Amino acid sequence: MILGIDVGGTHTDAVLVENFRLIAKTKVLTSPTNMMSSLMEASSRLLSGRNIDQIERIVLSTTISTNAIVQKKINRVAMVLLSGPGLAPSLLNPGQDAFFARGYVNHRGIPVENISRREIIHIGEEIAEKGIRQVAVVGKFSSRNPQQERDVAELLSNDTLRISMGHTLSGQLNFPRRISTTYLNAAISDIYRDFAKDVQTFISELKTDAPVYILKADGGTILLNQSLNCPVETIHSGPAAGIMGVLATADIREDAVALDIGGTTTDISVFAEGVPLLEPSGVTIDGRKTLIRGLLSKSIGIGGDSVVRLKDGKILIGPEREGPAAALDGPCPTPTDAMILLNVVDYGDRNKALKALSALASKRKISPEELAREIIDETTSAIAGEVRQILAGINNKPVYTIHELLEGRIIEPKMLYVVGGPAALAPFIGEKLDLPYSIPDHSEVSNALGVALARTTAEMTILADTEKRELIVSEAGQVKKIPSDFTLHDVVEVGKATLRDKAAQMGADPLDMMIEITEAQEFNMIRDFYTTGKNIRVKVQIKPGLISAGQMR
Amino acid sequence: MSASPKKTGLIFFPAFDWAISPNHPEREERLLYTQDQVFEEGLLDFDNIIEYKPGIATYADVNRAHICVPNPQHLTTHSHLISAGGAITAARKVLQGEVDNAFALVRPPGHHSMLVAHGARGFCNINIEAVMIEYIRHTFGVKKIAVVDTDCHHGDGTQDIYWNDPDVLCISMHQDGRTLYPGTGFVEDFGGPNALGATINIPLPPKTSDEGFLFALEQAILPILDEFQPDIIINSAGQDNHYSDPITNMNFSARGYALLNEKLAPDIAVLEGGYSIERALPYINAGIILAMAGLDYSFIREPDYNYDRIRQSAEVTRLIEEEVKNILLLWKKRKNLKKQVTGSASYIRREKNIYYDTDSIMEKQTETVRVCDDCGGLVMIDSAADTGKRVFAVILPNACCPECRKNGEMFFDRVNASQYNHIYFQDRQRDVFIVK
Repeated sequence: MILGIDVGGTHTDAVLVENFRLIAKTKVLTSPTNMMSSLMEASSRLLSGRNIDQIERIVLSTTISTNAIVQKKINRVAMVLLSGPGLAPSLLNPGQDAFFARGYVNHRGIPVENISRREIIHIGEEIAEKGIRQVAVVGKFSSRNPQQERDVAELLSNDTLRISMGHTLSGQLNFPRRISTTYLNAAISDIYRDFAKDVQTFISELKTDAPVYILKADGGTILLNQSLNCPVETIHSGPAAGIMGVLATADIREDAVALDIGGTTTDISVFAEGVPLLEPSGVTIDGRKTLIRGLLSKSIGIGGDSVVRLKDGKILIGPEREGPAAALDGPCPTPTDAMILLNVVDYGDRNKALKALSALASKRKISPEELAREIIDETTSAIAGEVRQILAGINNKPVYTIHELLEGRIIEPKMLYVVGGPAALAPFIGEKLDLPYSIPDHSEVSNALGVALARTTAEMTILADTEKRELIVSEAGQVKKIPSDFTLHDVVEVGKATLRDKAAQMGADPLDMMIEITEAQEFNMIRDFYTTGKNIRVKVQIKPGLISAGQMR
Repeated sequence: MSASPKKTGLIFFPAFDWAISPNHPEREERLLYTQDQVFEEGLLDFDNIIEYKPGIATYADVNRAHICVPNPQHLTTHSHLISAGGAITAARKVLQGEVDNAFALVRPPGHHSMLVAHGARGFCNINIEAVMIEYIRHTFGVKKIAVVDTDCHHGDGTQDIYWNDPDVLCISMHQDGRTLYPGTGFVEDFGGPNALGATINIPLPPKTSDEGFLFALEQAILPILDEFQPDIIINSAGQDNHYSDPITNMNFSARGYALLNEKLAPDIAVLEGGYSIERALPYINAGIILAMAGLDYSFIREPDYNYDRIRQSAEVTRLIEEEVKNILLLWKKRKNLKKQVTGSASYIRREKNIYYDTDSIMEKQTETVRVCDDCGGLVMIDSAADTGKRVFAVILPNACCPECRKNGEMFFDRVNASQYNHIYFQDRQRDVFIVK
């Protein structure tokens, strides 16, 4: 039995799943001040009268990290940056407590300038004087050689400091994003630790020793205690739950688009052969671009409760929400009222919808029904237009080989999945996109189902340089000696093995690890017209998906 | 430091799956470390730097700029068409107003490809700038174009294609031809009889460093551009003037390149050569992208940069100053030179021997130009290569006058077909290309 809980801003949804069947579900209001009480309430409702020992695992989504960042409930962070030459510091946005220190490595991970121990120790003293307890150490190209970051961390290390190192959070290149990522990781460290402690208390009150997982931005799970070092990976846990929910309730095998239409916004996600797409470089949160792997999700300010207005005779929808639909005693007309008036949905007070829409319709000298049709048309056109734009963006993504440019995979959706309250808009949007649509079952608790069934995901970046006779596993910070005849195949094997170890540590089932090679490139290195070695680049991942191919019934 | 950011388009296409041959400088690895640096500096995350996928040039695009023997299909692979297509994409984004300027960071290069192309020379099969320029003229009707070639090697292909075109100013600044491939590009090479001054060569002595390049730019190139008043400036941005380049002897630095780009302010930059793939290209390209985007590049520096080690000698400074003086003198006299050059002749002929180092082909060429005061002049080329191919080409210029057109059409009709494998008719004004 799996207990899956999606802690949303308004509701906390919980489900119990056994053998991939939903056996119980519940929905409670989220207490803004005491989230744990909502967790407790939802789970005790589900579990009363059941044998608690049958729970094999508990999975939670959380808004704690996202909210901490957006609401600026964060720690002060000292940034120690080994930036070397390149971008001007003024372009880096490192915050007020930044220390630019000596030392950097180049694109091949070769140290060009050494760190200065004296300087770092001095920086440590300044950090102590300022009373800062969170430190982020970030070096340029540290994913190509983590040693300087580690040396700095070791020199700074003491009992009062908590140190985040850039290379541990992503193997990708992008120094400014690495800075943001590491900064945020350090900034939410305390609040996340408190959250983790609360969750432990909750678990012990439940009297179970089932392992607890948290849903990450990429729709994968990680053991709670493992997430303590990388709390920033749990941002966007909520939107990820939404996308995994679609996956859990619809049997997606093809290229598809999913819409989660809410009251205020519509979230759009895209699937390639049933696998949710990831943001190409990383998640953007609160205006900061990061390297955090996250599911691609675009939110637009149009939902069922969006305010409908007229401006210069044109219908405007959203982005504000003033309250529920007029038919549900809200203050102004909304797309939901249009649906109610045209009998697309059957709830609320149709007369109230009529009244709200009539006022606008008379200004345009058309019937309320006609106006309602126009509102639905505007709403669904805007959503369809956004979908088309997202697909164009994905399909026009730059590529760097002739093969990809000529034969590159194009995403061509075959189906539109729609969840959320105003999902009844699906046929209208489907028509505009020329796609058949489907509204999956259990959509009122689909997020919690997605949380319950998400598998553990992980990624590894491996770079071998046979001229240097060195191999580096970026995220693990491992540097190994290799022979000069090391091959691409050998590197892939190293990648798979380290990924397997990491995923197991994060809590993955060793029998359920679908490892995929996402990049495998090999370059002859030639210096003065002689081949001196090979530069081999490999990325492997366990992609986002459900713990088993099974679909919810 | 430049004040305001500009919207810059970047077409990055490293062609990681293509090489001339496995050990060739023009190989898969060439832009690998540039990619690393561009990614690591996060340049693509700036709101004013926008990356675009390259388009693919068509054979019709190639036929506007070249006489390919026997045809572009035989001379190009996908890699060449994408490289030219990347340059075209850069131009389109600028001319459609989507961006303020654009940089086509593409390979393989093209500036050694001449008007008639029997094969590859200097790692180039087709001239990607010329294909782009003809696309610009054909699609957007742009009239006056300036190409500033800052590759270390003389841009002999671009010079050849526009030798007789008064509307395309080709300025090449390069290492002295007496010391480096292709061995051409002297001050006296100044353009065809109807286009005198539309070709400017600035050969620089070996060991020229930043100050020499910037001196030539400020004292010669910028004033000449000011007078020429081009609608568009294109930079053939070769990067082999760098002090670490393995096949040249210059002392230019990454910051020097960025500074040059800032001062020149090209609308479009196109990568040409540059084979110091680890020590130079990552830093030069990062510097050029920042400079084009109007962002602070003053922290760009090669790890092994040492000004004292690359500083040019007083003798080099003196040579450059003298040469710049001569170039300006010649430029000022350009309008009075025509009579001297043409005399009373109505056609001017020049013989050329062209060696294709990459493909080992030898070509003998006779170029005949009609002396004309109304347009660039009718051009006819008789070309025989040791591949056994002999061709004849009639080329009508972009703004062709009726007299040149009449003569060109007549020659194309009357040429003795039995002597040639192919006869070409390239009408740049009406965008017509005929082979018989």
